Amino acid sequence: MRIGVVTFPGSNSDVDALNALAVAGVEPVSLWHESPDLQGVAGVILPGGFAYGDYLRAGVIARFSPVMRGVADFAAKGGHVLGICNGFQVLAESRLVPGALLRNRSLRFASKIVAIKPERLDSPFTHRSTGEPLHIPIAHGEGCYYADDATLDDIERNGQVLWRYVRPDGTPALDPDDPANPNGSLRAIAGVCNKAGNVAGLMPHPERMSESILGSDDGMQLIRSFVESAKAWEAAR
Amino acid sequence: MSEFRYAVNVLPKPGILDPQGRAVELSLPHLNVTNVSRVRVGRRAELTVTAGSEAEARAVVEGLAKELLSNPLIEAYEIELLEATSSAVSATGASSGAVSAITSGAKVTRS
Repeated sequence: MRIGVVTFPGSNSDVDALNALAVAGVEPVSLWHESPDLQGVAGVILPGGFAYGDYLRAGVIARFSPVMRGVADFAAKGGHVLGICNGFQVLAESRLVPGALLRNRSLRFASKIVAIKPERLDSPFTHRSTGEPLHIPIAHGEGCYYADDATLDDIERNGQVLWRYVRPDGTPALDPDDPANPNGSLRAIAGVCNKAGNVAGLMPHPERMSESILGSDDGMQLIRSFVESAKAWEAAR
Repeated sequence: MSEFRYAVNVLPKPGILDPQGRAVELSLPHLNVTNVSRVRVGRRAELTVTAGSEAEARAVVEGLAKELLSNPLIEAYEIELLEATSSAVSATGASSGAVSAITSGAKVTRS
């Protein structure tokens, strides 16, 4: 099975994502931003980085690139799309997932390992998770999750909040100034999915914790969930 | 055809956390400024549209302001007409409003 990773000008985690997919036992396929052709892949990762220099707003220029036409069509058909960090920003700007990513509340670029906990274990992106907190890195300047109260209530009700930043005791870091909430995200939201559940984005980098030689393979719980969902989707077609 | 020069001013919506505005505000005491408050930091883009009428040109700018220059979830925008000049524009590309330049990055600060 083949899974694609999009490279935008300025992507920098694309190779890590391709590697994580290889670790998961699937054939990684590099997709170029200038073509809307997804080459028949069964799933797509939008990787981290600074697509188009993050000019104007992180993710917005990438939204209008040819490959995103292909990704939007693929998502509309039910294909699985995972946006990591900058990829999450691209999905949010493309309105493929709810909300927006604001500048970190601290105004600082945040680069460290954080703890996130899956909110539910029955989603396409979390079903292979143990349910324990995952310790994986973040590296971003604009990761403060924002949506208005009505939208937040709505996505909570629909089960669209997939991961939250958690404190050492495993409880959500709901106070935006809690040190366990690295960017001030509302309701400690680290990642969300669309209403249909097939498109998800998160700020932390699971692909950077994909092998024990990197310090941990916590991220593979997420990557494997995504890969297996893509596999099941492809098999059902 | 005429050329219309616009500015699009984009600011965080009221009530939205504006860390840049807050940072600017926190620097004010260092300048011994004590009577300035409610700082918001946004973005300004200036662009020229070639079109048959101001209404036609403005529609192009409205579209860009909504789709590209601002994110309506978190930002509000205002469009300002800076200059209108009638000119004999060459036939190429004169059929509809064509944006000739977008610049961004210049930041405006308002209280």
